[in-house]
Amino acid sequence: MKEKQLARLLVSGPPLLFLIVFFVAPSLIMILTSFRFPGEFGGLAPITPPSEKAAGEYGFTPDAYQFFFSDFIYTEIFLKSFAVAFGTTLICLILAYPLALLIARSRKRLRNLMVLLVILPFASNFLIRIYAWMIILGPESALSHFVNTVLGAFGIAPVTLLFSPFAVLVGMVYVHLPFMVLPLYTNLEKHDPSLLDAAQDLGANAWQRFWRVTWPLSLPGVFSGSALVFIPVLGMFAVPDILGGTGDILIGNLIKDQFLGTRDWPFGSALSIMLTLAVLSVAGLTTWFARSATGQRAI
Amino acid sequence: MKRGNLWLWSAAALVYAFLYIPLIIVVLYSFNDSRLNAEWVGFTLFWYKALFNNTEMLLAARNSLIIALCTSFCATLLGTMAGLAIHRYKLKVLPVLVFTPVAMPEILLGVSILLFFLQVLNFTLGMVSIIIAHTTFCIGFVAIIVRARLQGMDESIFEAARDLGASPWQTFRLVTLPLIMPAVVAGALMSFTLSIDDFVITFFTKGVGEPILPIQIYTMIKVAVTPEVNAISTLLMLLTLIMISMAARLESSSSSEGSAKPRKTAKQAAK
Repeated sequence: MKEKQLARLLVSGPPLLFLIVFFVAPSLIMILTSFRFPGEFGGLAPITPPSEKAAGEYGFTPDAYQFFFSDFIYTEIFLKSFAVAFGTTLICLILAYPLALLIARSRKRLRNLMVLLVILPFASNFLIRIYAWMIILGPESALSHFVNTVLGAFGIAPVTLLFSPFAVLVGMVYVHLPFMVLPLYTNLEKHDPSLLDAAQDLGANAWQRFWRVTWPLSLPGVFSGSALVFIPVLGMFAVPDILGGTGDILIGNLIKDQFLGTRDWPFGSALSIMLTLAVLSVAGLTTWFARSATGQRAI
Repeated sequence: MKRGNLWLWSAAALVYAFLYIPLIIVVLYSFNDSRLNAEWVGFTLFWYKALFNNTEMLLAARNSLIIALCTSFCATLLGTMAGLAIHRYKLKVLPVLVFTPVAMPEILLGVSILLFFLQVLNFTLGMVSIIIAHTTFCIGFVAIIVRARLQGMDESIFEAARDLGASPWQTFRLVTLPLIMPAVVAGALMSFTLSIDDFVITFFTKGVGEPILPIQIYTMIKVAVTPEVNAISTLLMLLTLIMISMAARLESSSSSEGSAKPRKTAKQAAK
């Protein structure tokens, strides 16, 4: 019995210790940092004044959070990030659903190949995938020329595709699409084809078979895919940083700037905490929706 | 039915085109004899030669390789332990700690580890901090793979080993470890790829010292785009492709042996 407990300690102890030190502790430090005063030259002011006569503010304060609400621009950036995350999720869903459905209805041998073909580009370097769109949307690219020729024919002034909200959305969709395809496929693959046969026998047409049978059954997959896309998009800074213009700043860029630009650590930490809360509520809501959707099916 | 299928196929073809055309363009332009990524001029290997003469880039590649190897080692060791522990014991805290870093936006992990190193450990950021940060989120991926492998196995094998008088360590070394080995190796390959590709967490934990590959690529993209970026991208894709095919081969060889096989044939027989 003692030996068993020792084994349990030896197996679960090291990863537990590592994650407590390098994941839990840093997260707590981040919460603490959000309530500190910023230092004069970036970083943090000490908690206790270095000498009695030292000027400045020390100790703990909710300033960083108050600062967030003092200017509407920060709330606006949060709302914009949510809008981009929502748009990306919706486009990913529209693109991924037919593909996942096709894969799920293909022959088994073909299925694995088709899934692999979805994962493969996802395995190439993240920056490279964004960079590829820099080429495609660049001002000298064939696509830009084509779009502007078409627009010119209608008498519309030429547009720049790169460094625009459009480019950000395209990049976001491109980087996150596999996260939507895989959970959808995993769900659709489990559907019993005889349900569709039954629906057909009862006189349902193709659209009714999809809307009344396949779609409701696939809701758990839709929700988990949506969460897997929505959450990383919410915190993404690289895509707007590379493909977006100066006005396309999202939460991630704002946080990055606090640490590597203006060096306002408390504000950066406060923003990170708010992002964490946003992520948690999205995850919670999705679980709740998914649960109620599957509950409905049981009834 | 036929028309519906045609519709599905064309939608799927569009999505595959969307997925692959950008990457094909990157690869093609790495052989293009022009500074601009705009139109095809002619074939050249100039950008690859330029890349191999770029000492900064080579140093960055070496550093990233070292980071990826160390991360892979640490994450595989800790992740395998975590996978075993989560599968075998009813733990409450460990699964949450293992899987949360995988699920949350990377920027949060980057920021918190940056603050932790600078404030608490008073630590100069560099390769060690990157390795620790990468290990934190790679543990989860290894644990997921190892646990999935364990879930597919027959528990009675381990009971049999214990009945035959094997100590827990002997059971692990002679029965469990050989059985989960393909998952362990797949986990190691996966954390290697994740580490060498990671940009966001590296960006926050890199400090100012040594050049690191993703950061170097980022700087090139932001500051001066030349087809050298395409060349390094193509080489990286090749590396990832090799790693994936290795992992896939392991997976297929592991599923055709051990406990998975009898169950499969039984299923087939039942059909």
